[in-house]
Parts: sequence; C-alpha cells; structure tokens
Amino acid sequence: MTVLRSANHFQEPWTSPDEDPFIRIENITKTYDGEVAVNDVSLEIYKNELFSLLGSSGCGKTTLLRMIAGFEKPNNGRIIIDGVDMTNVPPFERPVNMVFQSYALFPHMNVEQNVAFGLKQEGLAKSEVADRVATMLKRVELESFAKRKPHQMSGGQRQRVALARALVKLPKVLLLDEPLAALDKKLRERTQFELVNLQELMGITFIMVTHDQEEAMTMSGRIGVMNGGMLQQVGTPSQIYEFPASRFIADFIGTANMFEGVLQHETEDGVFIHCPELGHDIVVTRRGAAENGAPVNVMIRPEKMRINLEGDPSQGMNNLKGVVKDIGYLGDMSIYHVLLTNGRTVQASQLNFQHTQERKITWEDEVVVSWHADNAVVLVQ
Amino acid sequence: MMLRFSQIQNRMGRLLVLLIPYLWMLVFFLLPFLILVRISFSETRIGLPPYTEVFEWLGGLAFEIKGSLVNYHFLFSDNLYLAAYANSIKIAAISTLICLIIGYPMALGISRVKGQVRTFLLMLVILPFWTSFLIRVYAWIGLLKNEGLINHVLQWVGLIDHPLPLLHSTFAVYLGISYSYLPFMVLPLYATLEKMDPALLEAAADLGAKPMQAFLRVTLPQSLPGIIAGSMLVFIPSIGEFVIPDLLGGTDTLMIGKVLWNEFFLNRDWPLASSVAVIMLIILVVPLVWWQRHQQKLEDQSQ
Amino acid sequence: MTRKVKLPGFVFTAMFFGYAFLYSPIVSLVIYSFNSSKLVTVWGGFSTKWYVELFHNDALINAAWQSLKVASLSATCAVILGTLASVALVRFGNFFGRSLMQGVLTAPLVMPEVLLGLTMLMLFVSMDQLIGWPDARGLLTISIAHITFAVAYVVVIVQSRLKTVDRSLEEAALDLGARPAKVFFVITLPLIAPALLSGWLLAFTLSLDDLVIASFTSGPGSTTLPMVVFSSVRLGVNPQINALASILLLVVVICVVLVGKAVKSGERKN
Repeated sequence: MTVLRSANHFQEPWTSPDEDPFIRIENITKTYDGEVAVNDVSLEIYKNELFSLLGSSGCGKTTLLRMIAGFEKPNNGRIIIDGVDMTNVPPFERPVNMVFQSYALFPHMNVEQNVAFGLKQEGLAKSEVADRVATMLKRVELESFAKRKPHQMSGGQRQRVALARALVKLPKVLLLDEPLAALDKKLRERTQFELVNLQELMGITFIMVTHDQEEAMTMSGRIGVMNGGMLQQVGTPSQIYEFPASRFIADFIGTANMFEGVLQHETEDGVFIHCPELGHDIVVTRRGAAENGAPVNVMIRPEKMRINLEGDPSQGMNNLKGVVKDIGYLGDMSIYHVLLTNGRTVQASQLNFQHTQERKITWEDEVVVSWHADNAVVLVQ
Repeated sequence: MMLRFSQIQNRMGRLLVLLIPYLWMLVFFLLPFLILVRISFSETRIGLPPYTEVFEWLGGLAFEIKGSLVNYHFLFSDNLYLAAYANSIKIAAISTLICLIIGYPMALGISRVKGQVRTFLLMLVILPFWTSFLIRVYAWIGLLKNEGLINHVLQWVGLIDHPLPLLHSTFAVYLGISYSYLPFMVLPLYATLEKMDPALLEAAADLGAKPMQAFLRVTLPQSLPGIIAGSMLVFIPSIGEFVIPDLLGGTDTLMIGKVLWNEFFLNRDWPLASSVAVIMLIILVVPLVWWQRHQQKLEDQSQ
Repeated sequence: MTRKVKLPGFVFTAMFFGYAFLYSPIVSLVIYSFNSSKLVTVWGGFSTKWYVELFHNDALINAAWQSLKVASLSATCAVILGTLASVALVRFGNFFGRSLMQGVLTAPLVMPEVLLGLTMLMLFVSMDQLIGWPDARGLLTISIAHITFAVAYVVVIVQSRLKTVDRSLEEAALDLGARPAKVFFVITLPLIAPALLSGWLLAFTLSLDDLVIASFTSGPGSTTLPMVVFSSVRLGVNPQINALASILLLVVVICVVLVGKAVKSGERKN
C-alpha cells in the first residue's frame, strides 16, 4: 500500500514520552436505549496527526466522532481538547469543525456564503471574512465557483466546499465523517492526496471516520480499529497490518490464512506450535503474548505465502501440500486458492512477473505452499 | 455537574418551543372537552350561564357534587337521539363507501400518469378543498331542487314527467357528503399508491398474474393504509356533519350534528347539547384511538 | 425514464366521472352567476348585475371584512404555533408527553366542527365566570377557536417538510458556531418556508370558510362571511351568492397557481 505522507513529516509523537497528547478521550461510553454504541473508549491523539477511526457500519466510530464534535453527549467519560475539558461544551462553542458525509452544504446559500457562514458567527469584520473566504476558496481551487449554489456543482466540488467551509475557521481539530464515500473510485484516489496535502500544509489535526481500510491505510498516520463499540487496536497502518492484535483485526484488515494450534515450546529454531488440523507443528519466530500451552491462532498473509510445484526445503516445517482449485486474476497479481490435503483452503498471492502464457502453475496442479517462520503472527485466542 | 450558560439558554429555548404550542392545545383543545363533560352533568336553568353548577364550593377543600344524570337519562329514553346517532353512523359509513368507490380509480389513475399531467390532475383534486365548503354544498341546491338543473334535464330528455324530489332527501345528504369529502379520500389513497414500486406489478405480471389478479393481490393490499386513512378522514368528521344535512337533507334526515345544533341554538339547552356531544365524542373516540394505534404500528414497522 | 403508461379504459372512465362529479356543481355555480334571471336555474341571458348588487350589499361586505381580519390573524398565529410544535415533534426526540401532544395535534383534523365549536364556547363561558375573561365573545374568541383547529393542519404540512430537511444541515451550522436559535432562523426556516406559506394559506382558507365554529364562538356584532352566506342560502338559491362564489373561486385559483409556482421555483433553487 502506498503511504501518502512525506518522510520528513513522519515524526511519531506517540512514541515520545515527552509529547503531550492534543486530544484525550477518556473512558467514553455512550448508550442508546440501553444499547451500547461506544464502550469505554480511551484514545490519545497528537497535534498534526491524521488519525483514522476504521470499522464497519454500526461499530461506533461515527458516534465517537459526533461526541468529539459535541452533537452527542457521552454517558460517561471525558473529552479533552488542547487541555480544555470539552465534554459539556455545546458544538457551537467547540474549536472543532466537521466535514459531513453528506457534506451538509446549505442549499439556499452559494459557495461563498457557505464558506463565510462560520466566520460570520465569530463576528469578524466583513473585510476579514471576505479575505479569508477568498484565500480558502483559492486553496481548494474553487475561486471561480464562488457564486454557484451547491446543487450546481459536482460531487467532488461539493466535497471541497465542505472542506473549505470547515477549514476556513482554522479549527484545532477537523473531523471528517466518511469524507470520500460519495465519490467514485478515481476521484476518491486523487482526493486522498489532496486531503493529505492540505492537512500537512495547514497543520491541523484531522480525525477521519471511514469504513474503507485502503483509504485509512493510505492516508493516516495512525488508525484506530473499532468493533462493537470498542477500540480494538491503535497503531500505524503497517503495525495494524503486519501485527494485528487480535483475530478480528487480522480478518478485518486484508486477508488472513489462519491455523489453530497450541503453543508448545521455544527452541533455537523458533517457537513450535502444534497444529492438529495439519497433523504437524508450525514454526514461528515470535510468540507474541502467548505462553507455553496456550491455544493460539497462527496468521499468515496470502502475499507472504510462496507457491511452488515442489516443496521449499529452506522453509522447514512450514510446507503444506495441496491442489490449486481457483485462481483469481487481478492483473498485477493473482490469488491462488489451494485446497490442502486436510480439506482446508488457503490463499496465496503472487505478483505476475511474467505474461499469462508463461506462468507455470494452473488449475488442478499439485503444489506446495510455504512461508518463512518470520512471516507468521501468533494471536492468542 | 456544572451547567454552562449556553446550555441553560439552550434548555430554556427548547422548553419554550415545546411549551407554547403544548399549553395552547391543552388549554384550548383538551380542557374544553373536560368542561363539556362537566356541563353535561348539570341541569338547564334560565340565566347566565344557562346551566347549574356541578361542583358547589362549601369552603376549604370541600366540594359538593351536584351533578345529575338527567340529560343522559333523557337521551337514552327518547328514541329521537338514539335514532339520530345510528342514522349518522349509517350515513357516514355509506358516504365513506361511495367516496372510496369514486376516489379509488381517481387516485389509481393519478398515480399511474407522470409529470405535468399528474401535477395538474392532483391540483384539480386539491383545488375544491381550497374553495368554500359552504358554497360547494350550496351549489348542489341549484342542481337538485325541483326547478333545478338535473330535473330540468331529465324532464327535457323525457325520462320523467314530474320533477323528482331530489333536494331535502337522504339521497342529497349522501351526495353532499361524498362530494365534499372526496378530496380527503383521494389524497391519502394517492399518497400510498404513488409510493408503490411499479416493479411489483411487473413482477406480478411476469409471474403470470392477469391485470385484475395483480390489482386484487398486489395493488389493493398495498394501498390498505391509504384506504384506512382516507376512510377515517371521511367517516369521522361526517358523523357530526351539520351543514350538509341542514341544507340538503329533509325533515326525516336525522343526523346528530344537526340535533346538537338545534338543541343548542333553538332550544338553548346547553347541558343537553353537551351530553349529546359527549356521547358523540365517545362514538368517535373508538375509531380514532384504533386509527392512532394502527398508524403507530405502521410507523414502528417502517423504522 | 419515460415509460408510457396506459391506463385501463375502466380507470380512465371512472376518473373522468370522478372529476365531472367534483367540478360540475362548481361550473354550474359560475355559469349561473352571470344569469340575468333571478330564478337561478332558468337562463335569462348574460348579465353581471349580481356582481354589482353584491358590492352594494353592505352586510355582506362588512362580514367579509370581519372574516378577513379573523382569517389573517388566526393563520399567522396558527403558523407560529404549528411551526414550534412541528420543531418539537420532529427534532426533540422522545420527550415526556410526546404522544399526547401528537394526539391533541391530530384530533382537530377529524373532530366534527359542532364538537369543536360547542367545546370552545363552553370554555369561553367557563373562563369568563372563573377569571372574568373573555367577557364578550367576538372576533377574538372566533380567532382563538380558529387558531386551535388550524394549528393541526399547519403541523401536518410543516412536520412533513421538516422531516425532509437533512438534520446534518442544522448540525453543520451548530458546528460552525451558530447558536440553536440562530440555526433555526438562518438555516431551518428558509428551508421550510414553502411549507409555512402553504400552511398559512390553508389556515387562512379554513378560517375564512368556517361556519360552524364561528357560529358557536361569535357574539353579537361579530358576524363572519360564512354566517351571512349561510343565513341567506338557507332561504334558497340567491344569485348574489353565486357571484360571490365565483369571485372566491377566481381568487383561490390565482393563489393556488401563484403559490404553486413559488413553491416549485423555491424547490428548484434548493
């Protein structure tokens, strides 16, 4: 996956103990009619971060965002922004602005009036409002659309108006609720770049809600994955992908081949996991948090699996025989569905270095899938 | 927890928005019904107000209840009132049916055409609603009376020798109520038919249903909420109708709205008029509550 | 998608008769208003003399004036109350007593007018005894009664419009720093303005048209137009009333067309 952030920006404030978090979410719980939407979430976000809340619909990510904006009151917990407790501050007094999923542009106002709305509420002088609106519209390349009404604009343009309207207030935090969901794929990819650039340029903390893992991975410095109202894992995209904290995360982000087993012992050759369904042990290099005798899941990503006509002796025990049942051709790579002798199917993906005709593995071929012990992740059940 | 000033302001604002219309409706709509019930237990007298007190204040917190059931006793012992109630229900029910028979094809037709034509046809249904109800009823007098247009035409064609006594008959009341309340039937029917997915009928046809079967098995059940809403909007107010039976009905057309009017304006018997009204209210509350429940159920289902 | 829909012949015929049923009395009314004969149904040649007579009928003109006063006052108040009620019902979630409020706001739609009129009168009489107000019935008491039942109609119209206003528009305004009251006036109100206009016109028409409730709640000296029309009509057909009906019809058609256009262009803008 591409990472859109420039290298020099890639400081990691969350790794430094001296850095104070800019936004602290402390033990937030929200229930609706007895149903828990957000369950005891605590989270710290740093200044100038682009943080994504990722999860499927109904996981509580939007509710959490709306509580940061002030539209919902938490039943429990506190929200502190830049050292000030915001829990009971109404939305119109928070230094936070939001880009709505529907954009929520005022239909009876033109672009200029929409963008100026927030500044007018601050009681700024007319000339200052006009200046800042003009600058902002230029920044999102909409200066020639100032007099247009929202319904006369395309989806991408409307999205930029919504962004400009929120950013012109120079909020301490910008909240984005699925900001790209309404755009088509090509436009979405371009807009991802624009958003990240804008964030770096203006130095404003962004918190984005999305259900699209690719979007979260490409754009964010860190991601918080939510499920069932709980925050499951917080980390950089690669941390979450390579070292998922749970089976749920492993399944939710990307594809995972999973084997169940019991952790046996550790030797110089690695950690041995007895896997009854395979009939032999799997060797891994890192045991994670699992103790000897603990039931575990071993997760291997498809792209970390090699697929060959013969076994690869260098991978030791991590060799599994099977038959190719299906090949998913994606252009840049192919995904092989291999039926193992024990009846399980695993997925292995290979980059398509060569043209189709020259590829040697095809349907019903007997193959061996293998992986390096370093590429397996042990997850405590 | 400390409340911020803006929060207090916000809560006060919300309370005001809620309380102003709420109190208005409680004082000017709900309270009057309680007063009505109270007066229905009093007795008529000459003076102002023309009824006796039901509660007599004896000092302190003591009240003496002096209410009497004389009005209700009178209502149930005199056949006139019972017959009027029964007749009102009958007339309202039959008129509702007539409205449904005339209104359903109209609503169906409007929902099937598109664009400008639909807007125009819909406006034609709504337009009479904006014109004076009284004058629309009055228009029928000119059509129905012995020297009226209908009798003229019938005589001219040679179908009849003597004018038919159309005006001042129960027939005229049916006609008047169906005519006046027709838009109330068509609009809710249209609203449900319009929401119906045309693909449903195509699916029914695709599965082998003939148009009539498709109508009976698909369209009709789907439009049931509209039929119920339309029927309620016609049935309930027409039970208490006064203007139509007064202008178009004959001396033998008994309707409770007219009885109440006469009790009040001609006989000046406020307590009796009140008890007539209370019984009418009880008759109306049954379908009203049922309807409200029904709608609540529909709303819950759609959520 | 412009699929040509063919109406079954039966539906088409039934529709035709339905509209004929709706409009033939109205059309005959207008035609006979230009009849020079006093016997309304016998055609005596074209004449506009009933219109001239109508404008010299002082009792009727005076009553019309009273009616207009009552109607504009009650329509305005009904729109204000109805809008507040709609906001509470649509935006305040499930507050205590919500179903009672919905109930008292729906019931007047179907409540027979004789009941509304009688109960209103009883209220005014009781209030007069208890607190000495209103000591006399007249335009004010008629207006109060009209407001009360017109609110229900306004709520139906405004509520359904308000439900279509995207909640996030109001939240966006709050988020940008506008206080709730300001959000209502700057965002919500312009968006529901067409509904307020329709609601006002409907309330106005209902009030202008009402005979029964006004008869119960009026006092000496406060005679409204429908009361004059009713007492005249009770005595039989009167060509002046035909002329009046035609004028009212013309005004209504003009209003409906104008408002229809205004609402449409407003929707296009939004």
